Order: sequence, then structure tokens, then C-alpha cells
Amino acid sequence: MQKLADFKLPQFFNYPPYFTLQPVRDTREKQIQLWKELILDYCKSQKIFLIGVEEDFPLFSNSAIDRSLSHEAKETFLSAIVGEGRAEWLDKGHRKCLILWHRIQDWADIILQFVRDNGLEDSVMTVEEIRSGTESHGTELQGIDRTILMRALKLLENKGKLALFKGTSADDEGVKFSV
Amino acid sequence: MASGSSIGVGGLFTNAEVTTSGRPVLRRNEVECFLLSSVDFDSDDDPPRFTALKSGNLILTTHRLIWIPSQSNGAVPSSIPLAAVTHIFSHKKSIKSMFHSPRIRFQADPGSVVVTIVFRGKGDFDGFLTKFWECWRGRAWDEEDKSEAETSRSGGSATVAQGLYGNDGTVRMVGLAGILRKEQEQWESTDKSLQDAFQDLNALMSKAKEMVSLAEKMRQKLLSAPSSQNSSTDDEEMGSKEEMQQWMLSVGIISPVTKESAGALYHQELSRQLADFVRIPLEQAGGMISLTDMYYHFNRARGTELISPDDLWQACTLWEKFDVPVMLRKFDSGVMVIQNKSHSDEEVMSRIRMLVTKTETLRAGVTASDAALTVKIAPAMAKEHLLTAETKGLLCRDMSPDGLRFYFNLFPEMDLTNLHIVKDFGTYGEWVKATSILSV
Repeated sequence: MQKLADFKLPQFFNYPPYFTLQPVRDTREKQIQLWKELILDYCKSQKIFLIGVEEDFPLFSNSAIDRSLSHEAKETFLSAIVGEGRAEWLDKGHRKCLILWHRIQDWADIILQFVRDNGLEDSVMTVEEIRSGTESHGTELQGIDRTILMRALKLLENKGKLALFKGTSADDEGVKFSV
Repeated sequence: MASGSSIGVGGLFTNAEVTTSGRPVLRRNEVECFLLSSVDFDSDDDPPRFTALKSGNLILTTHRLIWIPSQSNGAVPSSIPLAAVTHIFSHKKSIKSMFHSPRIRFQADPGSVVVTIVFRGKGDFDGFLTKFWECWRGRAWDEEDKSEAETSRSGGSATVAQGLYGNDGTVRMVGLAGILRKEQEQWESTDKSLQDAFQDLNALMSKAKEMVSLAEKMRQKLLSAPSSQNSSTDDEEMGSKEEMQQWMLSVGIISPVTKESAGALYHQELSRQLADFVRIPLEQAGGMISLTDMYYHFNRARGTELISPDDLWQACTLWEKFDVPVMLRKFDSGVMVIQNKSHSDEEVMSRIRMLVTKTETLRAGVTASDAALTVKIAPAMAKEHLLTAETKGLLCRDMSPDGLRFYFNLFPEMDLTNLHIVKDFGTYGEWVKATSILSV
């Protein structure tokens, strides 16, 4: 079966009807669910956090069978994922979609685990360090989307697990953990 | 009138004079009233009292029934004077008569021979029958005989009678006074008959006014009835509403109000005819034919007296009230078809399923034209079937710049918990095999 980068595609990726938005309700439901799973799987494996509807997204077309998703189809599938809480539209025009293959809550848990694993319970770090520092190498936090990270951190702040503060420049916001 | 040799027993039919182009030569004051083709004159008795006249054109005039053979098969143009007709049998419509050519029986002298006119053509039989009665009752020949007799009388007694009065006491029509007198009398008689006619007409008109206002009241009542009633409508109310409709129908008023109307008699008749007619084109088209195609076939067969699309549709909708083996069916897309009741969806579905599960079509799908070729129906019908199959979940669609194709619906077989699983059994596996033949 084909691969997109190192991601193994399922057999049905070569099934032409998969790329046509189905009109019949039950069939469409199944199709939506299949696309949701596929998108989340792919984004997780490739660490993709953002999908631009108007840009070329490799998953949305299959040159082997010469098919690609229409704009309407893309919007429908992404909106379905948004509806289930696994994505968010970043703009009213539904052009950019933030993919939460981990929910914000999940990310928060991952951060807490990260803190514990590295003994950072009372320390201070910059936000940037969390996502690209040496500690995060090889972890899921490596390369995490800033928006998502901030949301997770804010969630934790509300729970009193940390405090956010501005640094000297816009780039390095800081975090004081009090886990 | 030329009396010539008759066919069979003395003098029932008289030879009719025709022009070189086959048109009948009419007598003075004789007017053509009706023309029908493919008409036979048969003797009702067994053994027949006259040789039958087969396949000719029938011309009804104010004075005669004229029959002109349509082929030069040796038959001679013949006529029967209406004056010789002694009785016209009433025509009863029955279920049987729907399927046979219409016929009229009448009795004529000499000999009180019963003659059957068989109408094998497609003309307006009812119109003819009405006209036949009218002309026969009209007795156009009486006036002429009268005036002829008078002329001959006055001519014959010219030498005998003196003065203004003839031998039998009637006023003689001689000289200027005679001419004036004749004109006067004619005018008076015309006037009188006009007056009589107008009496009838006035009576008719006043009745008609009553009828119209009654019909309007009925219509209003029927119109208001459904909307004002709610679920508490009792059977009695509904019963009387239907009675009203039936009554209105019997008076010949088509109720435009509710859909339960059984339709005018015309539509009922047409409906039955259509059900008969539809059988053969339906077979040829594989059990299902679009309404537009049927419109074309039916009108083509009719030749004249074409029916409107609306009439056709009305006739089809009436089928559900009769026990006919055909039905009108409307698809979601709005396309309407006529199909055999026995032509079940299941049968078509199974044919389609067989088609799309073949290796080649599993891989490449089917278009409407592919399906039409294999399932042997018109492409428009094929598309409807495919769409129906899609709605039922048997197929799903693939839209591309190449057009619309349908595939066997594999979606149900896909596993959401593990996208990569392909079960050993099932069509999904078949499809994978079919496609792997070509994949690199």
C-alpha cells in the first residue's frame, strides 16, 4: 500500500468514492468517520497541527487514482472533526483548522508528566524551551504548535499548576511550575 | 335517385355516386355530417342477409349513410337512406365493449334488416353516434319530400285547378302572388321553428345558470371542507362529501377540488385504454418506460385526437383505482415512469448487484450507460436505478471530471477501529484483489 512520507495509507485510500462527498446519509456518516480517523492518525504521525483548507494537503488527494477532495468535502470532514472536539477553526471563514489529535486536556496531562519526569516541579522555563529544549527531545512536546501549547498552559494555569509571565521579549514567555 | 343493383336481398343498399376522386356526390340540400374510416357493415343475422361491406369510409349525411370502399377490392360505393332506418339500437357500454371495436346496430327497410356498423378505426365513435341520431331524427328528407310533393302537386294539377287554390285545398303557388305567398310561408315556418328552438334554448340557459351556481356552491363547500375539518371529521361528513363528488361527476362536472376525485369519465376511459396499450411498449423497454416516452408512443399510435400530457398523466394516476397490472411511479428526482407492478425493485437491485460485483466493475465502477447496456434499459432509466441503489446503500458514487460513476458500496465493510484491516470475506477484499492487479 502507498505511503505518504512514512505514513502507511489504508487500502480504501485508493477507493475513488472515498474522495467524493457521499449524498446518502448513512454512507456519508461512515465516510466522515473514516476521514476523521485518517486525518487524526496522519496528523499525529507527522506532527501536523494545522490544516489550511485552501492549501494542498497531501492527504486530500491521491494521484494514483487521480482524485482529490472538493472544497466542500474538505470543509465537511474538518467541520465534523471540529464538532467532535478534535479540531478548531481558527477563523470564521473556515480556512485554517487547528488539529487536536491530542485534546488540550491531553496536552495538559502530557506537560504535567513531562514536568514530573524531568523534576521541574518548582522550576522556571520559557515556553519555547518546553517545545524545543533538550528535555523535550524525543517527547511528544517536541515541536508542539505554539497555540496549542499556550492553550494547554493556560488550562494548567487556571488549575493553579503553573503561572505564566511575560519575559523580556515577546518570544520568551515564561512558565513557573508549581505542580 | 339512381336505383341500382343492390347487394343481397332487394334494395337495402343503393349504389352511391362518387366523383372521379372518390368523393360522394351529394343531393341537393344534403350535407355531410361525419366522416369515419375503417368501417364495416355487417349483417347481424346468421346466415347474413346481405354481403358484408368491409373496410371502407363511412360518411354520414343529413340524408344517408354512405359507405365508400377504401381499397378497390371490387366493392361498390353504397348508401342507405336514413329514411329507411326504422330503429337504432341503443349502445350499451360494457367492459367487453372496451376491448372490441365499437359497433352500432340499426334496423332498416326493406325487410327490417338488422345492420351492424363496426368501427375499426380510431375516430370519435361517440360523436358519430350522436350525429347519427340527430340526422336520423332531423328527417331532412321530409321537408324536401314535402316541397317536392308540393311542387309536383302544383305542377301536376296546373292544368286542372283554377285560381289560387289547388285540388287538395292548399294554396296554389302560382304567379307572383304564389311566389310571395311561398316566401311568406317559408318565413313563417322558419320563424316558428326558431321560436321553438329558442324556447328550448331559453329553458336550457336558465337551467344552465342554476347548474352553474349549484356547482359553484358545491365547489366552495368542498373547498372549505378539508381545511376546516380536523381529526374530528366523522365518517358521515366524509361520506356526504364523496357523494357530492360522485353526483357532480355524474352530471359531468369535473371536480377540481380534491385529489380523491375519480376523474371524469373521459379520463377513466382513457385510463383503461392506456393500460391496454402500454403493455407492449413496456415489454420492449424492459419493464419500465418514462412517461414522456409513453406520451410519444401513445399519441403516435392514435394518429389523430392526440391527448395532452396532462390527460396522459391523469389517466396514469387513475390506474391505482383500477386493477391494472401497471403503475405510475415517481422517482425522487421527479422523473415519472410507468412500470409493470411485477417489475420489482428487488429484481433490478439484484441485477445491479451482480453487475457491480464483477471484478472489472468492482475496480472501475459503472456509469449509467454501462448499466443501461448490461441491464438493457434506457440510459435515463438506468440512472434512476443506480440512484435508487445508491439510496438503498448498495452503491456509492464517484464524481470526477470524467463524470459520475457508481461503485459497490464498500464503506460498511471498513473498520473504524483499525483502518488497515481488510477482512478475508467480503467484497472489500475482492476489491483489493481486483485493484492490486493493476497497482505498481
